[in-house]
Amino acid sequence: MKGMSLIVQVITRLMAGILLLYGGYITLHGHLTPGGGFAGGVLIAAALILVSLAFGSVEQVERREYILSSIFESSGGVLFIGLALAGYVVVDSFFRNAGLYYLGQPLQLVSGGIIPLANIAIMLKVGAGLFAIFLALGASRFVMRE
Amino acid sequence: MLELYLLLAVMLASALVASETKNLLAAAVALGLVGFSVAIMFILVQAPDLAIVQIVVETLTVVIFTAVILRTTEVDTTVLGSGLKMETAMFVAAFLAFGGLFLALIVGVLRELPRFGEPVMRVAQEYVQLGLERTGAANIVAAIILDFRGYDTLGEATVLFTAVVGVLTVLRLAARKKPGEF
Repeated sequence: MKGMSLIVQVITRLMAGILLLYGGYITLHGHLTPGGGFAGGVLIAAALILVSLAFGSVEQVERREYILSSIFESSGGVLFIGLALAGYVVVDSFFRNAGLYYLGQPLQLVSGGIIPLANIAIMLKVGAGLFAIFLALGASRFVMRE
Repeated sequence: MLELYLLLAVMLASALVASETKNLLAAAVALGLVGFSVAIMFILVQAPDLAIVQIVVETLTVVIFTAVILRTTEVDTTVLGSGLKMETAMFVAAFLAFGGLFLALIVGVLRELPRFGEPVMRVAQEYVQLGLERTGAANIVAAIILDFRGYDTLGEATVLFTAVVGVLTVLRLAARKKPGEF
């Protein structure tokens, strides 16, 4: 992919970090305020797509990004199932929360037990999955030609 | 209970037909029969909303299947004629039969639904009252989708995973078709 003009690149340089930070914030505060892993993951994927559209990239970089996002997506899925299975293995039921994870004080950042952890797993899965779809659609000629 | 088993037998038979027949169009119709039987099953177990969703999804699926089959296969024009009229008549008859059965069944179920504005909150009440105490999460939506209904969210994540795998598979096939092109 070719990059875009200097104006777009400068604005992207300003925006990308804020977008990534906001995605992380939405994910980590998913159990306190509206939002969560899906919304945060979409924001992070949008930031990655913005950077890769504005600055462009070459075949090798795209192939590496593709492999990395596959790994991240799969690890998000494994983490989510692992969190759920831990309840079954350690205590008694699938998706066990109270009694296994630390529930903490309500309205604190560290509270909610399994919920923030599952939000992080979903964020990995959604963010990397959407970015992988973008790479496959926008750069299929490079990525798939093996 | 007997109706459910009868429907199950119909579904099994149509699924076998769909997998065994050589005629693609017949396979699509048999698959549609399975889906519409699921819709009637939903009505029998008192879930009219699910039944309506199932009908919409199944109709779309059959239409898409039929469109794809008609676009990608050749039609043998020598057998067209009186056979086509017979088929049209059979489709209309099947549609009328299914529609009549659906309407006749759904009237009784819709009568038993709670009145508009007076929801029955047998399960949801507990979520709302005990959400904070049981999960420690201040956001009740997060508490429901990731704790009480975590299993459903796992299903959603699986849907996303399947979508990604599907897109990548289709694009990989498209890329392999023209090896010389960069």
